[in-house]
Amino acid sequence: MIYEVFRQERKGQAFQHAGSIGAPNLEFAEVYAREQYGRRQESTALWLVPRDAIDELDDFVDELGRTYHRVDGYSLKAKLKEARERAAARSG
Amino acid sequence: MSEDEFLEYVQGGGQVETRDWMPDEYRAKLIKFIEMHGNSELMGVLPEREWILRAPTLQRKLALTAKVQDEVGHAQLIYRVVEDLGKPREACLDDLVSGRAKFHNVFHYPTKTWGDVGVIAWLVDAAAIISQKALLKCSYAPYARIMKKICWEESFHILHGRDVVLTLMNGTDEQRELVQEALTRWWGPLMQFHGNPIPREDDPMFVWRIKSQGNEEARQQFLDGYVPQIWELGLEVPDPKLRKRDDGVWEYTEPDWDELRYVVTGHGPRTADRLDLRRRARERSAWVRQVVLAEAA
Repeated sequence: MIYEVFRQERKGQAFQHAGSIGAPNLEFAEVYAREQYGRRQESTALWLVPRDAIDELDDFVDELGRTYHRVDGYSLKAKLKEARERAAARSG
Repeated sequence: MSEDEFLEYVQGGGQVETRDWMPDEYRAKLIKFIEMHGNSELMGVLPEREWILRAPTLQRKLALTAKVQDEVGHAQLIYRVVEDLGKPREACLDDLVSGRAKFHNVFHYPTKTWGDVGVIAWLVDAAAIISQKALLKCSYAPYARIMKKICWEESFHILHGRDVVLTLMNGTDEQRELVQEALTRWWGPLMQFHGNPIPREDDPMFVWRIKSQGNEEARQQFLDGYVPQIWELGLEVPDPKLRKRDDGVWEYTEPDWDELRYVVTGHGPRTADRLDLRRRARERSAWVRQVVLAEAA
């Protein structure tokens, strides 16, 4: 069995994929994972997930170029400059 | 994606995951390169293992044991990567113990004194970490990712080696002589370690961006980083031609490439003994694997 290992470096942080280990069952996987990813106190917690249980989606295509729901869809610099100039002209 | 497009992709810094399409040639080169790295980690513990029981203090025994554990752990991680590329670990081990597969030249030599332990942990590991850091940018992403953990652990090994060397250098004349004698013996293999200076464009491992630097670049980086550290301790490097030119390039006596070829093809002074030890250990532990796998089934 292949187990994917995710480790949390410090409390409060997100778990990150660290690597995989091969083990005949979960009991052995726990021992191996402790040795590989925890023996120097470099992790506060580990998640072990059988590789088969992972469902990967990787088909994220932005066919319509929908920038309106992202920050890069809003470049305000030119508009802000114009608005400031207009405001200055109105008060001046 | 065609093979040419793939090549262009990796040469432009693109990275590849296990389940992505890849040319057969690329997969074959990856397996060959990564498997040799795994073999070297596994065989690399044997020269040091010989000194665990003879280490001068309990602290040194513990540190050496920890280092051996790290290297075996690296071998496990690396064989896992090879396995995902299609070659099972058992097949790698079969090829290793039968002498069909290669491992790094430096692990074919004897460790005669405690001075060797210091020189290996300091300078052999320094040479290795230069190659390994260049693998952080490997086009095969799963390998590049585990290299992060490996480099992190190697940095402790270099410090441990330097500590052993400094302790000896601050000791008696006899202790200093141990280091000098070991350095003199190890210099040849160290200079051969990064391989012959073929232009990187002619090196298939660079062309596929498995490695991100050429052999000579790695050797120059090693010389530049470590020769000044060796000299400042009053140690002598056994190469009268060794010097840094004004343009920053190190000149040195041509390493013995025939020796390198001869040693890595299985004719080193300790090759047969160490492969034999590995073979016997594997046979002796076969029953453990059988019991564990049967119980888990």
